[in-house]
Amino acid sequence: MRTEPVKAKAVKDPALKARAAPASTASQLRSRLQHHREMAGDSLHRLWKAPLASLMTITVIGIALLLPALLSVVMLNVGGLGSGIDDINQITLYLHDEVTESRAAELSDDLLSNNDVRSVSYISADQALLEFRDQSGFGDVISALGSNPLPAVLVIRPSTLDAAEAEQLLQALQALPEVEFAQLDLLWLQRLQGLTGIIERAVAALIIILSVAVLFVVGNTIRMAIESRRAEILVVKLVGGSNSFVARPFLYTGFCYGLLGGLFAWLSLLSLLLLFAEPLNSLLDLYGSDFVLQGPGILPAVVLLSGGALLGWLGALLSVMQYLAAIEPR
Amino acid sequence: MIRFDDVSKRYPGGHDALKQVSFELNKGEMAFLTGRSGAGKSTLLKLIMIMEIANQGQILVNGKNLNRLPKRQIPLYRRRIGVVFQDHQLLFDRSVYENIALPLQIEGYSKHEAGRRVRAALDKVGLLKKEKLNPITLSGGEQQRIGIARAVVNRPQILLADEPTGNLDPELAAEIMLLFEQFNQIGVSMLIASHDLSLITRLKHRMLTLENGTLVSDTTHKASAERSL
Repeated sequence: MRTEPVKAKAVKDPALKARAAPASTASQLRSRLQHHREMAGDSLHRLWKAPLASLMTITVIGIALLLPALLSVVMLNVGGLGSGIDDINQITLYLHDEVTESRAAELSDDLLSNNDVRSVSYISADQALLEFRDQSGFGDVISALGSNPLPAVLVIRPSTLDAAEAEQLLQALQALPEVEFAQLDLLWLQRLQGLTGIIERAVAALIIILSVAVLFVVGNTIRMAIESRRAEILVVKLVGGSNSFVARPFLYTGFCYGLLGGLFAWLSLLSLLLLFAEPLNSLLDLYGSDFVLQGPGILPAVVLLSGGALLGWLGALLSVMQYLAAIEPR
Repeated sequence: MIRFDDVSKRYPGGHDALKQVSFELNKGEMAFLTGRSGAGKSTLLKLIMIMEIANQGQILVNGKNLNRLPKRQIPLYRRRIGVVFQDHQLLFDRSVYENIALPLQIEGYSKHEAGRRVRAALDKVGLLKKEKLNPITLSGGEQQRIGIARAVVNRPQILLADEPTGNLDPELAAEIMLLFEQFNQIGVSMLIASHDLSLITRLKHRMLTLENGTLVSDTTHKASAERSL
Protein backbone atom coordinates (compact mmCIF):
# COMPACT_ATOMS: atom_id res chain seq x y z
CA MET A 1 0.00 0.00 0.00
CA ARG A 2 1.36 3.40 -0.97
CA THR A 3 1.43 6.11 1.57
CA GLU A 4 0.29 9.41 0.24
CA PRO A 5 1.27 12.80 1.54
CA VAL A 6 -0.85 13.88 4.46
CA LYS A 7 -3.82 15.92 3.36
CA ALA A 8 -4.67 18.50 5.98
CA LYS A 9 -8.28 18.65 4.81
CA ALA A 10 -8.99 14.97 5.29
CA VAL A 11 -7.71 14.95 8.84
CA LYS A 12 -10.43 17.32 9.98
CA ASP A 13 -12.88 14.45 9.62
CA PRO A 14 -13.71 13.28 13.16
CA ALA A 15 -12.27 9.84 13.72
CA LEU A 16 -15.23 8.30 15.38
CA LYS A 17 -18.69 9.60 14.81
CA ALA A 18 -21.53 7.20 14.25
CA ARG A 19 -20.46 4.23 12.24
CA ALA A 20 -20.44 5.12 8.57
CA ALA A 21 -21.89 2.82 5.95
CA PRO A 22 -19.56 -0.06 5.10
CA ALA A 23 -17.68 0.01 1.82
CA SER A 24 -19.90 -0.30 -1.25
CA THR A 25 -20.05 -3.52 -3.27
CA ALA A 26 -18.25 -2.02 -6.24
CA SER A 27 -15.54 -0.67 -4.02
CA GLN A 28 -15.24 -4.04 -2.28
CA LEU A 29 -14.83 -5.78 -5.63
CA ARG A 30 -12.20 -3.28 -6.72
CA SER A 31 -10.46 -3.67 -3.40
CA ARG A 32 -10.50 -7.47 -3.69
CA LEU A 33 -8.98 -7.30 -7.18
CA GLN A 34 -6.44 -4.90 -5.79
CA HIS A 35 -5.64 -7.36 -3.01
CA HIS A 36 -5.25 -10.15 -5.58
CA ARG A 37 -2.80 -8.03 -7.54
CA GLU A 38 -0.88 -7.08 -4.44
CA MET A 39 -0.68 -10.66 -3.16
CA ALA A 40 0.48 -11.95 -6.55
CA GLY A 41 3.22 -9.33 -6.57
CA ASP A 42 4.00 -9.91 -2.92
CA SER A 43 4.41 -13.67 -3.37
CA LEU A 44 6.81 -13.18 -6.28
CA HIS A 45 8.68 -10.63 -4.21
CA ARG A 46 8.99 -13.09 -1.33
CA LEU A 47 10.27 -15.83 -3.66
CA TRP A 48 12.81 -13.37 -5.00
CA LYS A 49 13.91 -12.34 -1.51
CA ALA A 50 14.87 -15.92 -0.58
CA PRO A 51 16.31 -16.99 -3.94
CA LEU A 52 18.17 -20.10 -2.80
CA ALA A 53 15.27 -21.64 -0.88
CA SER A 54 12.88 -20.76 -3.71
CA LEU A 55 15.21 -22.18 -6.33
CA MET A 56 15.52 -25.46 -4.44
CA THR A 57 11.76 -25.82 -4.14
CA ILE A 58 11.25 -24.90 -7.78
CA THR A 59 13.94 -27.36 -8.86
CA VAL A 60 12.39 -30.23 -6.90
CA ILE A 61 8.98 -29.46 -8.41
CA GLY A 62 10.57 -29.09 -11.84
CA ILE A 63 12.31 -32.45 -11.67
CA ALA A 64 9.16 -34.14 -10.43
CA LEU A 65 7.30 -32.71 -13.43
CA LEU A 66 10.15 -33.41 -15.84
CA LEU A 67 10.24 -37.18 -15.32
CA PRO A 68 6.74 -37.99 -16.59
CA ALA A 69 7.14 -35.39 -19.35
CA LEU A 70 10.34 -37.06 -20.50
CA LEU A 71 8.74 -40.49 -20.53
CA SER A 72 5.78 -39.09 -22.46
CA VAL A 73 8.12 -37.81 -25.13
CA VAL A 74 9.82 -41.22 -25.27
CA MET A 75 6.42 -42.82 -25.67
CA LEU A 76 5.41 -40.36 -28.36
CA ASN A 77 8.50 -41.31 -30.31
CA VAL A 78 8.13 -45.06 -29.80
CA GLY A 79 4.54 -44.65 -30.97
CA GLY A 80 6.02 -42.94 -34.04
CA LEU A 81 8.17 -46.01 -34.66
CA GLY A 82 5.03 -48.12 -34.68
CA SER A 83 3.13 -45.82 -36.99
CA GLY A 84 4.20 -48.01 -39.92
CA ILE A 85 2.12 -50.69 -38.20
CA ASP A 86 0.28 -51.74 -41.36
CA ASP A 87 3.52 -52.37 -43.19
CA ILE A 88 4.80 -54.57 -40.43
CA ASN A 89 1.66 -56.56 -39.88
CA GLN A 90 1.93 -58.80 -42.92
CA ILE A 91 2.38 -62.36 -44.05
CA THR A 92 4.84 -62.95 -46.84
CA LEU A 93 4.24 -66.00 -49.05
CA TYR A 94 7.32 -67.09 -51.00
CA LEU A 95 6.03 -69.00 -54.01
CA HIS A 96 7.62 -72.01 -55.69
CA ASP A 97 9.69 -71.12 -58.76
CA GLU A 98 7.40 -73.07 -61.11
CA VAL A 99 4.27 -71.11 -60.17
CA THR A 100 3.38 -68.96 -63.15
CA GLU A 101 2.32 -65.38 -62.98
CA SER A 102 -1.26 -66.21 -64.05
CA ARG A 103 -1.49 -68.93 -61.41
CA ALA A 104 -0.26 -66.44 -58.83
CA ALA A 105 -2.95 -63.95 -59.92
CA GLU A 106 -5.61 -66.67 -59.58
CA LEU A 107 -4.30 -67.52 -56.17
CA SER A 108 -4.36 -63.92 -55.01
CA ASP A 109 -8.00 -63.62 -56.18
CA ASP A 110 -8.82 -66.76 -54.20
CA LEU A 111 -7.11 -65.36 -51.12
CA LEU A 112 -8.93 -62.03 -51.38
CA SER A 113 -12.25 -63.84 -51.09
CA ASN A 114 -11.05 -65.10 -47.70
CA ASN A 115 -12.45 -62.92 -44.92
CA ASP A 116 -9.26 -63.11 -42.92
CA VAL A 117 -7.33 -61.43 -45.69
CA ARG A 118 -7.55 -57.70 -46.14
CA SER A 119 -5.33 -57.27 -49.17
CA VAL A 120 -2.97 -59.18 -51.37
CA SER A 121 -0.25 -57.81 -53.52
CA TYR A 122 1.84 -59.75 -55.97
CA ILE A 123 5.49 -59.06 -56.44
CA SER A 124 6.95 -60.99 -59.34
CA ALA A 125 10.47 -62.33 -59.21
CA ASP A 126 11.59 -59.63 -61.65
CA GLN A 127 10.03 -56.83 -59.60
CA ALA A 128 11.59 -58.22 -56.46
CA LEU A 129 14.96 -58.22 -58.14
CA LEU A 130 14.56 -54.65 -59.31
CA GLU A 131 13.55 -53.48 -55.83
CA PHE A 132 16.36 -55.34 -54.23
CA ARG A 133 18.85 -53.94 -56.67
CA ASP A 134 17.66 -50.38 -56.02
CA GLN A 135 17.55 -50.64 -52.27
CA SER A 136 20.50 -52.82 -51.37
CA GLY A 137 23.22 -51.30 -53.50
CA PHE A 138 24.32 -54.78 -54.51
CA GLY A 139 23.22 -54.14 -58.09
CA ASP A 140 26.54 -55.14 -59.67
CA VAL A 141 26.78 -58.36 -57.74
CA ILE A 142 23.26 -59.32 -58.71
CA SER A 143 23.94 -58.58 -62.37
CA ALA A 144 26.91 -60.86 -62.12
CA LEU A 145 24.73 -63.72 -60.93
CA GLY A 146 23.12 -63.97 -64.33
CA SER A 147 19.88 -65.62 -63.16
CA ASN A 148 17.36 -64.20 -60.67
CA PRO A 149 17.74 -65.90 -57.30
CA LEU A 150 14.60 -64.29 -55.83
CA PRO A 151 11.20 -66.01 -55.71
CA ALA A 152 7.90 -64.34 -56.57
CA VAL A 153 6.09 -63.18 -53.51
CA LEU A 154 2.51 -62.63 -52.36
CA VAL A 155 2.29 -60.07 -49.58
CA ILE A 156 -0.82 -60.55 -47.49
CA ARG A 157 -2.30 -58.16 -44.97
CA PRO A 158 -4.41 -60.08 -42.50
CA SER A 159 -7.58 -58.34 -41.33
CA THR A 160 -6.72 -59.22 -37.75
CA LEU A 161 -4.02 -57.89 -35.45
CA ASP A 162 -4.58 -60.74 -33.02
CA ALA A 163 -1.52 -62.96 -32.81
CA ALA A 164 -3.35 -66.30 -32.47
CA GLU A 165 -5.68 -65.62 -35.43
CA ALA A 166 -2.81 -64.43 -37.55
CA GLU A 167 -0.96 -67.60 -36.61
CA GLN A 168 -3.91 -69.75 -37.77
CA LEU A 169 -4.03 -67.91 -41.07
CA LEU A 170 -0.32 -68.47 -41.42
CA GLN A 171 -0.78 -72.23 -40.96
CA ALA A 172 -3.53 -72.31 -43.61
CA LEU A 173 -1.45 -70.37 -46.10
CA GLN A 174 1.62 -72.46 -45.43
CA ALA A 175 -0.42 -75.51 -46.48
CA LEU A 176 -1.12 -74.15 -49.98
CA PRO A 177 0.74 -76.17 -52.61
CA GLU A 178 2.02 -73.05 -54.40
CA VAL A 179 3.66 -71.73 -51.26
CA GLU A 180 7.18 -72.71 -50.53
CA PHE A 181 7.50 -70.74 -47.27
CA ALA A 182 5.20 -68.42 -45.32
CA GLN A 183 6.46 -65.85 -42.89
CA LEU A 184 4.54 -63.84 -40.31
CA ASP A 185 5.97 -60.47 -39.27
CA LEU A 186 3.67 -59.87 -36.36
CA LEU A 187 5.93 -60.69 -33.45
CA TRP A 188 7.97 -57.54 -33.66
CA LEU A 189 4.85 -55.43 -33.77
CA GLN A 190 3.49 -57.16 -30.69
CA ARG A 191 6.67 -56.61 -28.79
CA LEU A 192 6.55 -52.96 -29.71
CA GLN A 193 2.92 -52.71 -28.69
CA GLY A 194 3.69 -54.46 -25.42
CA LEU A 195 6.52 -52.07 -24.78
CA THR A 196 4.45 -48.96 -25.46
CA GLY A 197 1.70 -50.38 -23.26
CA ILE A 198 4.14 -50.72 -20.40
CA ILE A 199 5.57 -47.25 -20.90
CA GLU A 200 2.06 -45.82 -21.05
CA ARG A 201 1.26 -47.34 -17.68
CA ALA A 202 4.59 -46.28 -16.26
CA VAL A 203 3.88 -42.71 -17.34
CA ALA A 204 0.42 -42.79 -15.78
CA ALA A 205 1.78 -44.21 -12.52
CA LEU A 206 4.64 -41.69 -12.49
CA ILE A 207 2.27 -38.79 -13.11
CA ILE A 208 0.17 -39.82 -10.13
CA ILE A 209 3.12 -40.48 -7.80
CA LEU A 210 5.01 -37.34 -8.73
CA SER A 211 1.90 -35.16 -8.62
CA VAL A 212 1.43 -36.29 -5.04
CA ALA A 213 5.10 -35.49 -4.44
CA VAL A 214 4.64 -31.98 -5.85
CA LEU A 215 1.58 -31.50 -3.65
CA PHE A 216 3.59 -32.41 -0.58
CA VAL A 217 6.66 -30.39 -1.53
CA VAL A 218 4.54 -27.27 -2.05
CA GLY A 219 2.38 -28.09 0.97
CA ASN A 220 5.42 -28.37 3.20
CA THR A 221 7.01 -25.20 1.86
CA ILE A 222 3.76 -23.31 2.41
CA ARG A 223 3.44 -24.78 5.90
CA MET A 224 6.80 -23.23 6.75
CA ALA A 225 5.75 -19.92 5.20
CA ILE A 226 2.60 -20.03 7.34
CA GLU A 227 4.66 -20.71 10.47
CA SER A 228 6.78 -17.67 9.80
CA ARG A 229 3.68 -15.49 9.40
CA ARG A 230 1.67 -16.79 12.34
CA ALA A 231 1.42 -13.40 14.07
CA GLU A 232 0.13 -11.77 10.92
CA ILE A 233 -2.51 -14.46 10.38
CA LEU A 234 -3.69 -14.12 13.97
CA VAL A 235 -4.06 -10.36 13.65
CA VAL A 236 -5.80 -10.61 10.29
CA LYS A 237 -8.26 -13.14 11.70
CA LEU A 238 -8.90 -10.94 14.76
CA VAL A 239 -9.70 -7.82 12.81
CA GLY A 240 -12.17 -9.82 10.74
CA GLY A 241 -10.19 -11.20 7.81
CA SER A 242 -11.99 -14.09 6.15
CA ASN A 243 -10.23 -17.40 5.56
CA SER A 244 -9.91 -16.64 1.87
CA PHE A 245 -8.25 -13.33 2.70
CA VAL A 246 -5.76 -15.16 4.94
CA ALA A 247 -5.19 -17.90 2.38
CA ARG A 248 -4.74 -15.62 -0.63
CA PRO A 249 -1.01 -14.80 -0.34
CA PHE A 250 -0.17 -18.46 0.30
CA LEU A 251 -2.25 -19.67 -2.63
CA TYR A 252 -0.41 -17.24 -4.88
CA THR A 253 2.91 -18.45 -3.51
CA GLY A 254 1.96 -22.08 -4.21
CA PHE A 255 0.75 -21.09 -7.67
CA CYS A 256 4.06 -19.32 -8.42
CA TYR A 257 6.11 -22.28 -7.19
CA GLY A 258 4.12 -24.65 -9.40
CA LEU A 259 4.24 -22.37 -12.42
CA LEU A 260 7.98 -21.81 -12.14
CA GLY A 261 8.50 -25.55 -11.50
CA GLY A 262 6.57 -26.24 -14.70
CA LEU A 263 8.71 -23.73 -16.56
CA PHE A 264 11.83 -25.40 -15.19
CA ALA A 265 10.57 -28.80 -16.36
CA TRP A 266 9.72 -27.53 -19.82
CA LEU A 267 13.08 -25.81 -20.33
CA SER A 268 14.88 -28.93 -19.08
CA LEU A 269 12.85 -31.06 -21.47
CA LEU A 270 13.77 -28.83 -24.39
CA SER A 271 17.46 -28.86 -23.48
CA LEU A 272 17.52 -32.64 -23.10
CA LEU A 273 15.85 -33.14 -26.46
CA LEU A 274 18.27 -30.75 -28.12
CA LEU A 275 21.11 -32.63 -26.49
CA PHE A 276 19.85 -36.01 -27.72
CA ALA A 277 18.32 -35.12 -31.08
CA GLU A 278 21.56 -34.94 -33.04
CA PRO A 279 23.28 -38.16 -31.87
CA LEU A 280 20.01 -40.10 -31.82
CA ASN A 281 19.09 -39.13 -35.35
CA SER A 282 22.49 -40.04 -36.70
CA LEU A 283 22.35 -43.36 -34.85
CA LEU A 284 18.96 -44.10 -36.38
CA ASP A 285 20.34 -43.12 -39.78
CA LEU A 286 22.87 -45.91 -39.40
CA TYR A 287 19.98 -48.32 -39.02
CA GLY A 288 18.49 -46.96 -42.24
CA SER A 289 15.50 -45.57 -40.40
CA ASP A 290 13.81 -42.45 -41.64
CA PHE A 291 12.57 -41.93 -38.09
CA VAL A 292 13.00 -38.38 -36.79
CA LEU A 293 12.98 -37.53 -33.09
CA GLN A 294 9.76 -35.72 -32.34
CA GLY A 295 10.27 -32.58 -30.33
CA PRO A 296 7.55 -31.50 -27.92
CA GLY A 297 5.30 -28.89 -29.45
CA ILE A 298 3.40 -26.22 -27.58
CA LEU A 299 1.20 -28.80 -25.83
CA PRO A 300 3.77 -30.01 -23.28
CA ALA A 301 4.55 -26.40 -22.37
CA VAL A 302 0.86 -25.75 -21.72
CA VAL A 303 0.42 -28.99 -19.79
CA LEU A 304 3.57 -28.54 -17.68
CA LEU A 305 2.92 -24.89 -16.82
CA SER A 306 -0.79 -25.23 -16.09
CA GLY A 307 -0.39 -28.61 -14.39
CA GLY A 308 2.44 -27.29 -12.24
CA ALA A 309 0.52 -24.16 -11.31
CA LEU A 310 -2.59 -26.18 -10.47
CA LEU A 311 -0.63 -28.63 -8.30
CA GLY A 312 1.17 -25.78 -6.54
CA TRP A 313 -2.08 -23.99 -5.85
CA LEU A 314 -3.68 -27.22 -4.60
CA GLY A 315 -0.74 -28.05 -2.34
CA ALA A 316 -0.90 -24.57 -0.82
CA LEU A 317 -4.66 -24.86 -0.41
CA LEU A 318 -4.33 -28.15 1.49
CA SER A 319 -1.71 -26.66 3.77
CA VAL A 320 -3.62 -23.44 4.47
CA MET A 321 -6.94 -25.20 5.04
CA GLN A 322 -5.33 -27.57 7.48
CA TYR A 323 -3.78 -24.67 9.39
CA LEU A 324 -6.97 -22.61 9.42
CA ALA A 325 -8.97 -25.59 10.66
CA ALA A 326 -6.43 -26.06 13.47
CA ILE A 327 -6.84 -22.49 14.76
CA GLU A 328 -10.64 -22.50 14.66
CA PRO A 329 -12.08 -21.68 18.11
CA ARG A 330 -13.32 -24.69 20.05
CA MET B 1 -24.87 -4.39 23.87
CA ILE B 2 -23.06 -7.32 25.45
CA ARG B 3 -24.97 -9.80 27.58
CA PHE B 4 -23.60 -12.88 29.36
CA ASP B 5 -26.13 -15.42 30.69
CA ASP B 6 -24.64 -18.08 32.98
CA VAL B 7 -21.56 -18.42 30.81
CA SER B 8 -18.98 -21.06 31.72
CA LYS B 9 -15.77 -21.89 29.95
CA ARG B 10 -13.73 -24.98 30.71
CA TYR B 11 -10.49 -25.42 28.80
CA PRO B 12 -9.41 -28.86 27.59
CA GLY B 13 -7.60 -30.36 30.55
CA GLY B 14 -10.31 -29.37 32.99
CA HIS B 15 -9.38 -25.82 34.00
CA ASP B 16 -12.54 -23.80 34.67
CA ALA B 17 -11.70 -20.33 33.40
CA LEU B 18 -15.20 -18.89 33.84
CA LYS B 19 -18.01 -20.16 36.03
CA GLN B 20 -21.60 -19.07 35.39
CA VAL B 21 -20.82 -15.46 34.63
CA SER B 22 -23.78 -13.15 33.98
CA PHE B 23 -23.73 -9.43 33.31
CA GLU B 24 -24.93 -6.90 30.80
CA LEU B 25 -23.05 -4.00 29.29
CA ASN B 26 -25.33 -1.33 27.86
CA LYS B 27 -24.89 0.54 24.63
CA GLY B 28 -22.43 3.37 25.12
CA GLU B 29 -21.34 2.10 28.53
CA MET B 30 -17.74 1.90 29.69
CA ALA B 31 -16.71 -0.78 32.14
CA PHE B 32 -13.51 -2.18 33.59
CA LEU B 33 -12.99 -5.87 34.02
CA THR B 34 -10.62 -6.53 36.85
CA GLY B 35 -9.18 -9.32 38.93
CA ARG B 36 -5.85 -11.07 39.36
CA SER B 37 -3.98 -12.74 36.55
CA GLY B 38 -5.73 -16.00 35.76
CA ALA B 39 -9.07 -14.80 37.10
CA GLY B 40 -10.62 -15.18 33.63
CA LYS B 41 -10.45 -11.64 32.24
CA SER B 42 -8.76 -12.62 28.98
CA THR B 43 -11.01 -15.64 28.56
CA LEU B 44 -14.08 -13.41 28.87
CA LEU B 45 -12.78 -11.07 26.16
CA LYS B 46 -11.81 -14.03 23.97
CA LEU B 47 -15.35 -15.36 24.21
CA ILE B 48 -16.69 -12.03 22.95
CA MET B 49 -14.21 -12.15 20.04
CA ILE B 50 -15.16 -15.81 19.37
CA MET B 51 -11.51 -16.78 19.79
CA GLU B 52 -12.89 -19.27 22.29
CA ILE B 53 -16.34 -20.81 22.54
CA ALA B 54 -18.31 -21.08 25.78
CA ASN B 55 -19.16 -24.54 27.05
CA GLN B 56 -22.32 -23.32 28.75
CA GLY B 57 -24.62 -20.34 28.76
CA GLN B 58 -25.37 -17.72 26.16
CA ILE B 59 -23.55 -14.64 24.99
CA LEU B 60 -25.52 -12.01 23.13
CA VAL B 61 -23.67 -9.22 21.38
CA ASN B 62 -25.74 -6.55 19.69
CA GLY B 63 -28.69 -8.93 19.82
CA LYS B 64 -26.77 -11.77 18.14
CA ASN B 65 -26.45 -15.07 19.98
CA LEU B 66 -22.81 -16.07 19.50
CA ASN B 67 -23.64 -19.76 19.96
CA ARG B 68 -25.79 -19.61 16.88
CA LEU B 69 -23.58 -17.42 14.72
CA PRO B 70 -22.58 -19.40 11.61
CA LYS B 71 -18.82 -19.79 11.16
CA ARG B 72 -18.97 -17.92 7.88
CA GLN B 73 -20.25 -14.82 9.64
CA ILE B 74 -17.52 -14.69 12.29
CA PRO B 75 -15.21 -12.44 10.19
CA LEU B 76 -18.04 -10.00 9.54
CA TYR B 77 -18.95 -10.02 13.24
CA ARG B 78 -15.36 -9.33 14.29
CA ARG B 79 -15.14 -6.30 11.99
CA ARG B 80 -17.74 -4.60 14.20
CA ILE B 81 -15.58 -4.98 17.30
CA GLY B 82 -12.29 -3.24 17.91
CA VAL B 83 -9.75 -4.98 20.08
CA VAL B 84 -6.58 -3.73 21.79
CA PHE B 85 -3.98 -6.08 23.28
CA GLN B 86 -1.37 -5.67 25.96
CA ASP B 87 1.34 -6.54 23.45
CA HIS B 88 -0.52 -4.49 20.81
CA GLN B 89 0.01 -7.21 18.14
CA LEU B 90 1.43 -4.85 15.55
CA LEU B 91 3.12 -6.25 12.44
CA PHE B 92 6.71 -5.17 12.11
CA ASP B 93 7.01 -6.06 8.43
CA ARG B 94 5.01 -2.99 7.40
CA SER B 95 4.60 0.67 8.16
CA VAL B 96 2.39 2.26 10.79
CA TYR B 97 0.02 3.28 8.00
CA GLU B 98 -0.26 -0.26 6.67
CA ASN B 99 -0.85 -1.65 10.15
CA ILE B 100 -3.76 0.65 10.74
CA ALA B 101 -5.15 0.20 7.21
CA LEU B 102 -5.32 -3.60 7.58
CA PRO B 103 -8.94 -3.76 8.85
CA LEU B 104 -10.00 -1.38 6.07
CA GLN B 105 -8.17 -3.42 3.47
CA ILE B 106 -10.00 -6.51 4.73
CA GLU B 107 -13.33 -4.78 4.56
CA GLY B 108 -12.64 -3.54 1.05
CA TYR B 109 -12.33 0.21 1.31
CA SER B 110 -10.92 2.16 -1.59
CA LYS B 111 -7.40 3.46 -1.08
CA HIS B 112 -8.66 7.00 -0.96
CA GLU B 113 -11.28 6.33 1.70
CA ALA B 114 -8.88 4.10 3.65
CA GLY B 115 -6.27 6.86 3.62
CA ARG B 116 -8.78 9.34 4.96
CA ARG B 117 -9.81 7.04 7.79
CA VAL B 118 -6.29 5.95 8.69
CA ARG B 119 -5.23 9.58 9.03
CA ALA B 120 -8.29 10.43 11.08
CA ALA B 121 -7.48 7.57 13.46
CA LEU B 122 -3.80 8.56 13.61
CA ASP B 123 -4.80 12.13 14.31
CA LYS B 124 -7.04 10.94 17.12
CA VAL B 125 -4.18 9.10 18.85
CA GLY B 126 -1.83 12.01 18.15
CA LEU B 127 0.64 10.20 15.90
CA LEU B 128 -0.18 11.70 12.52
CA LYS B 129 3.46 12.28 11.63
CA LYS B 130 4.52 8.68 12.21
CA GLU B 131 2.53 6.98 9.46
CA LYS B 132 5.52 6.06 7.31
CA LEU B 133 7.63 4.66 10.13
CA ASN B 134 7.96 1.03 11.04
CA PRO B 135 6.19 0.53 14.38
CA ILE B 136 9.28 -1.22 15.75
CA THR B 137 11.01 2.17 15.88
CA LEU B 138 8.31 3.64 18.16
CA SER B 139 8.17 3.67 21.96
CA GLY B 140 5.91 1.31 23.91
CA GLY B 141 3.32 4.00 24.51
CA GLU B 142 3.30 4.98 20.85
CA GLN B 143 3.00 1.35 19.75
CA GLN B 144 0.00 0.92 22.01
CA ARG B 145 -1.59 4.00 20.49
CA ILE B 146 -1.03 2.58 17.01
CA GLY B 147 -2.76 -0.56 18.26
CA ILE B 148 -5.67 1.58 19.41
CA ALA B 149 -5.79 3.44 16.10
CA ARG B 150 -6.03 0.08 14.31
CA ALA B 151 -8.83 -1.00 16.67
CA VAL B 152 -10.93 2.11 16.02
CA VAL B 153 -10.17 2.78 12.35
CA ASN B 154 -13.18 0.67 11.41
CA ARG B 155 -15.42 2.78 13.67
CA PRO B 156 -16.58 -0.19 15.75
CA GLN B 157 -19.56 -0.07 18.09
CA ILE B 158 -17.67 -2.02 20.72
CA LEU B 159 -14.07 -1.65 21.82
CA LEU B 160 -12.41 -4.36 23.89
CA ALA B 161 -9.01 -3.97 25.51
CA ASP B 162 -6.96 -6.64 27.28
CA GLU B 163 -4.49 -5.06 29.74
CA PRO B 164 -3.88 -2.14 27.39
CA THR B 165 -1.64 -0.35 29.89
CA GLY B 166 0.14 -3.42 31.25
CA ASN B 167 3.51 -2.48 29.78
CA LEU B 168 3.31 1.27 30.29
CA ASP B 169 4.43 3.60 33.04
CA PRO B 170 1.62 5.30 35.08
CA GLU B 171 1.70 8.53 33.13
CA LEU B 172 1.39 6.85 29.73
CA ALA B 173 -1.22 4.48 31.14
CA ALA B 174 -3.35 7.43 32.25
CA GLU B 175 -3.04 8.98 28.78
CA ILE B 176 -4.24 5.76 27.16
CA MET B 177 -7.23 5.59 29.51
CA LEU B 178 -8.05 9.19 28.69
CA LEU B 179 -8.05 8.23 25.03
CA PHE B 180 -10.49 5.40 25.76
CA GLU B 181 -12.78 7.79 27.61
CA GLN B 182 -12.81 10.05 24.56
CA PHE B 183 -13.95 7.17 22.37
CA ASN B 184 -16.58 6.29 24.92
CA GLN B 185 -17.87 9.86 24.82
CA ILE B 186 -18.65 9.53 21.12
CA GLY B 187 -20.76 6.46 21.77
CA VAL B 188 -18.46 3.45 21.66
CA SER B 189 -19.24 0.73 24.22
CA MET B 190 -16.05 -0.24 26.04
CA LEU B 191 -14.93 -3.21 28.08
CA ILE B 192 -11.39 -2.90 29.38
CA ALA B 193 -9.62 -5.68 31.25
CA SER B 194 -7.04 -4.33 33.68
CA HIS B 195 -5.54 -5.28 37.02
CA ASP B 196 -4.19 -1.74 37.57
CA LEU B 197 -6.62 -0.95 40.40
CA SER B 198 -4.98 2.31 41.43
CA LEU B 199 -5.58 3.67 37.94
CA ILE B 200 -9.07 2.40 37.27
CA THR B 201 -10.59 3.25 40.64
CA ARG B 202 -9.64 6.84 39.96
CA LEU B 203 -11.55 6.80 36.68
CA LYS B 204 -14.97 6.20 38.22
CA HIS B 205 -16.51 3.74 35.80
CA ARG B 206 -18.41 0.55 36.31
CA MET B 207 -16.13 -2.24 37.56
CA LEU B 208 -16.66 -5.97 37.11
CA THR B 209 -14.43 -8.10 39.35
CA LEU B 210 -13.57 -11.68 38.54
CA GLU B 211 -12.10 -14.13 41.03
CA ASN B 212 -11.18 -17.64 39.93
CA GLY B 213 -13.62 -17.43 37.06
CA THR B 214 -16.56 -16.16 39.10
CA LEU B 215 -17.97 -12.65 38.93
CA VAL B 216 -17.72 -11.56 42.56
CA SER B 217 -18.67 -7.91 42.32
CA ASP B 218 -20.25 -5.48 39.88
CA THR B 219 -20.01 -1.93 41.14
CA THR B 220 -21.67 0.70 39.06
CA HIS B 221 -20.23 4.11 39.76
CA LYS B 222 -22.82 6.81 39.99
CA ALA B 223 -21.16 9.07 37.45
CA SER B 224 -20.85 6.34 34.86
CA ALA B 225 -24.47 5.25 35.41
CA GLU B 226 -25.59 8.76 34.60
CA ARG B 227 -23.44 8.86 31.51
CA SER B 228 -24.78 5.66 30.04
CA LEU B 229 -28.42 6.71 30.42
